[in-house]
Amino acid sequence: MSPDAYLSLASILFAIGAAGVLLRRNAIIAFMSIELMLNAANLAFVTAARAWGNLDGQVVAFFVMVVAAAEVVVGLAIIMTIFRSRQSTSVDETSLLRW
Amino acid sequence: MTPISVVDIDYVALAPVIIVLVAAVIGVLLEAFLPEAARRSGQLLLTGSAVALAFLTVLIVAASRPFGPIAGGSLMLDGPGLFLQGLILLTSGTAILIMADRRVDPGGDAFAGRVSTLPGGEEEREVSRRGLMQTEVWPLMLFCIGGLLLFVTSNDLLTLFIALEILSLPLYLLVGMARRRRLLSQEAALKYFLMGALASAILLFGSALAYAYAGTIEFAGIAERISERTTANTLVIAAVALILVGLLFKIGAVPFGQWVPDVYQGAPTPVTGFMAAAVKVAAVGALLRVLYVPFGGMRWEWEPVLWIVASLTMLIGSLVALAQSDIKRMLAYSSIANAGFILIGVAAADQVGLSSVLFYLLAYSVATLAAFGIVTMVRVPTGEATSLEQWAGIGRRSPLLATAFSLILLSFAGIPLTAGFIAKFGVFTAAITAGALPLVIVGIVASAIAAALYVRIIVRMYFTDPVSASAGVASPSPLTVAGVGLGVALTVILGVFPQPVLNLVEQTSIFVR
Repeated sequence: MSPDAYLSLASILFAIGAAGVLLRRNAIIAFMSIELMLNAANLAFVTAARAWGNLDGQVVAFFVMVVAAAEVVVGLAIIMTIFRSRQSTSVDETSLLRW
Repeated sequence: MTPISVVDIDYVALAPVIIVLVAAVIGVLLEAFLPEAARRSGQLLLTGSAVALAFLTVLIVAASRPFGPIAGGSLMLDGPGLFLQGLILLTSGTAILIMADRRVDPGGDAFAGRVSTLPGGEEEREVSRRGLMQTEVWPLMLFCIGGLLLFVTSNDLLTLFIALEILSLPLYLLVGMARRRRLLSQEAALKYFLMGALASAILLFGSALAYAYAGTIEFAGIAERISERTTANTLVIAAVALILVGLLFKIGAVPFGQWVPDVYQGAPTPVTGFMAAAVKVAAVGALLRVLYVPFGGMRWEWEPVLWIVASLTMLIGSLVALAQSDIKRMLAYSSIANAGFILIGVAAADQVGLSSVLFYLLAYSVATLAAFGIVTMVRVPTGEATSLEQWAGIGRRSPLLATAFSLILLSFAGIPLTAGFIAKFGVFTAAITAGALPLVIVGIVASAIAAALYVRIIVRMYFTDPVSASAGVASPSPLTVAGVGLGVALTVILGVFPQPVLNLVEQTSIFVR
């Protein structure tokens, strides 16, 4: 099995995720894009684990899933408080902090 | 099928981390079972004693345990790791003292009474009338400190990532909990969360590529694989680049540190101090280990990048700090500039460089904590007086506070007889020995710019007439006085008698590989 194709796919997913965080203005979408980046890393880890024939990468993927779940809890809590006090999740509208 | 071997864990060597994390879990339970009235004192007692006990344990471990991998090779017990753990606990303890103060703000401590209430709503007024305080802050702090302790000793890519998340997730929440200017604080939390999660994801993808290259996540194994290579390999270069971006992000280096001023300004001031001190110490510690241990064999690839980042960080940090009118934002840019000076020592990439970075971290973190502690005390009726204009004439009304702040600013500027001078001298010397003269020249120019900034603030405190909106100085409780006093005292002592600490960092500055 050649891992190259899978690693390329992981890189493409990662790039889409990074572009999403940097370009999209809705905090929820930006947050989803971060999850996409984490899962791209998971794909790369699992691919490499298969190519090398050891389990390290698969173990890492499990840990990353748990971390992603914890991150959802914290992230959505923060986005919720912002939404409750401003009725909006747009990253542009939250701009009290400027140079 | 190889049989599963039982991992031999040295619990004594792990004790500092275990104490802090177990205390954090107990803290969560206290929230559930202690009555409202006893919660704050209970949490404070638990947090304070856990950090103090962990600090003592670090000393015991340093004196009694042989250096080497612990916990099945996931963590590494060595000189820099133990020094940084001690420093993290020292600065966290000081930050906790400042955080626990409830006298400077008539409403309570620095955190919102109930974070869930709407800013400016009826419920919030009810909460502040009843004088409620959010005590979940303390377990969150302990989780964060536990993550910091793991971060500087992590010895594989997985532990590095998990430690980063353990320290980051509580911090995102702490940033959004300010009692005053809550909208600003919530916005800072959102920014910090999105940017921090992005940085973690970048670091993770870099780790995935490094694993794909080396076939192992252990630092020693990666180092071995890199030393065997004969040609440049895109995979490993991409891996180093992404991991470097993730870590430089946490350190707040230009161009990855745009979140720093916003987050430092919006966060509750004691939390800002904690982030600027303890979190930066841990991030630099992790960067040092990652660059020196697994990727030490690629020094020629990462060194030029570090040169550029360090120069940009010093120059832009100092220049933009000059233009600030808000004291917290100014200190944020000053901390960015300081990160640049630290990176000079990192780029030197040898034992002298490492020991100079360790000393710089100590000098910088205690001074920064004291600076933010002082900011909490200078107040107007609606909260902290963060506008620099309001600081006019503080020196006449409160000479002691102004003297302390001046000492810290002089240390940031690198004036002799303060810790900042010895620290800057150390990193510059290390860089010259390593052949990085251009970097030192940039550093000296940036120091001169920064010195102008600090002198301007001192002039404003002493020689400007107070304006009508000028701030008063709240009388703090002994907690804040102790925290700030410790920072100022260390700044002077390290400047006048640096030798014992210089000897210590020289002895400890060897990574076990």
